[in-house]
Amino acid sequence: MWGNDMRVAMNTAHRRQAPGEVNVLIGLIVIAIIFEALGWIQPAWRSDVAAQSFLLNKLRLSIIIGQVAITGIIAVGVTQVIITGGIDLSSGSVVGAAAMIAMSFAQASANARAVYPYLTDMPIIVPALVAVLCGALAGVVNGGLIAYTKIPPFIATLGMMVTARGIASWYTKGQPISFPTDEYTVFGSGMHPVMIFVALAALFHLVLRYTLYGRRTYAIGSNEEAARVSGINVERHLLLVYTIAGALAGIAALVLTSKNLTAQAGMGVMYELDAIAMAVIGGVSLSGGRGSIVGTVLGALIFGVITSGFTFLGIDAYYQQIIKGGIIVSAVVADVARQKRAARRA
Amino acid sequence: MSDIILETRGLTKHYGGVHALEDANFTLRAGEHIAVVGDNGAGKSTFVRQITGVEQRTAGKVWFGGDEVIFSGPIAAREAGIETVFQNLALADDLDVPSNLFLGRELIKFNLGPFSILDHKTMRERTQQALTKTAVKIPNLSSAIRNMSGGQRQCVAIARSASFASKLIIMDEPTAALGVQETAQVENIIRGLKARGVPLILVSHNLRQVFDLVDRIVVFRRGRIVASLAKHETDGNDIVSYITGVKGSEAALEKPGLT
Ligand SMILES: Nc1ncnc2c1ncn2[C@@H]1O[C@H](COP(=O)(O)OP(=O)(O)OP(=O)(O)O)[C@@H](O)[C@H]1O
Ligand SMILES: [Mg+2]
Repeated sequence: MWGNDMRVAMNTAHRRQAPGEVNVLIGLIVIAIIFEALGWIQPAWRSDVAAQSFLLNKLRLSIIIGQVAITGIIAVGVTQVIITGGIDLSSGSVVGAAAMIAMSFAQASANARAVYPYLTDMPIIVPALVAVLCGALAGVVNGGLIAYTKIPPFIATLGMMVTARGIASWYTKGQPISFPTDEYTVFGSGMHPVMIFVALAALFHLVLRYTLYGRRTYAIGSNEEAARVSGINVERHLLLVYTIAGALAGIAALVLTSKNLTAQAGMGVMYELDAIAMAVIGGVSLSGGRGSIVGTVLGALIFGVITSGFTFLGIDAYYQQIIKGGIIVSAVVADVARQKRAARRA
Repeated sequence: MSDIILETRGLTKHYGGVHALEDANFTLRAGEHIAVVGDNGAGKSTFVRQITGVEQRTAGKVWFGGDEVIFSGPIAAREAGIETVFQNLALADDLDVPSNLFLGRELIKFNLGPFSILDHKTMRERTQQALTKTAVKIPNLSSAIRNMSGGQRQCVAIARSASFASKLIIMDEPTAALGVQETAQVENIIRGLKARGVPLILVSHNLRQVFDLVDRIVVFRRGRIVASLAKHETDGNDIVSYITGVKGSEAALEKPGLT
């Protein structure tokens, strides 16, 4: 009996792998070191730049974090959706729609060309709430369709992607909305976007780890049928998860418009893909049940480091797109390979 | 007070044209362990799903603990005291052992609706106790179920049903696909239930096991109950002839030339 237990114990210890986040962190460090090395030797093929450090540059580091903060906020929601086994393709368009509608409540009366002159000089709580509610409403529609009509998440959120973009254009017939009140600029100024991102990531990290909400989210993504027969109201929970993801897209819209001091119907295009990429690079499994907010934050940093690194090395924007696409596909391939290994073991 | 725990009368389930379960009359008494046997597709799992409210029956009545019951779902059945180990296990592979044991009935430290704070510590301790009580040995509680062997997973599923105080436990093929040692462990848990007087319905294809463990054997064939025999008044050959339809099938008896 004892011998058997020992064998089982050793077997399990042997099988246990480093948690996904550690691998992502190692990936982040390796990528940063590669750019650092390339920074010092790049005069070898570029005559226009001197040897320099990639990492020891405060401005660059703050740009990296600043760049990923807004899509990172979206990724916090998208991560939860993916853990349930779903997907949200609508977040970029929802950012566009929420940006337009929220901004129309944030205009200053000094702006003679206000789109809705009677909505000027509102206290900032109004546009802030409007942004979150617009996002949440889109999430309710997504979640409702997915949970109660059993439309695949891919299709339901693809529909919302088109619809929300349409609403963004229709709202002002394509006209941008600019010149918000001075107070409104608070969300996007300085390091505020980063602080909002970090606060939301920390909040949802705790929620996923320590609450019933988190337990249900993982259980549904892991085995929806098991969750259902165990007494979890799967439909109601999915509705909640998509609503939260939508609300986070709304917050991203708030920060983005506050930072750019303008809202345009084309805002947020492709943000959903960046957010999904951050999650996937961060080790969130597209088949559900696995991943974490910590992983996604690390994935977001990898994303930011790569983007900034390419610019640092003077790589053309076209190549950046192509290489980024390759990285996303590699992350998914790695996930599928992990899946297969796990299936073989079971 | 009668000592009947579970009774079904005329229990029937049709899936469109498929008559998966037809007019099942079944009785289980206090402390009794009953085996349900039959060929693949005989309707055993269908029978279990009707009792446990996983599906809604086409016709018939079910009494549990003396009251007529219609369970709206498996949760209702569980709340009434029926614990089930389903054929497909119903475990969440990415969660660890305590999370699976308490799936859907998590202990809570602080109630905030869906955002209630989980009581990880107590759930862990209770899991440890439950596993000790059922003599299940799992080396690492906080490893995901995915990383465990088929036998360990099965033991978790069984420990889950055996450890929550219940009035009836149903296991649908708990040892299918298990090794010799793991099967022995599951059988030990079942003997423990017998000793504690917890009634059991055991769906199994393993006649050796059935004769080892239970008091009475109920044979299903083509959606019907064709025999219900006390262990001491039957044997393996007898049961096999009921399973294959050599005995007990009215259709076979009625057809001229076959008698
Ligand atoms: N959801 C369903 N829809 C249609 N037919 C079904 C459904 N579930 C079961 N059946 C059919 O009902 C019959 C009985 O199936 P059931 O699963 O109860 O058999 P079983 O006795 O448990 O078999 P096994 O020993 O293989 O588990 C089979 O013919 C099966 O194909
Ligand atoms: Mg079956």
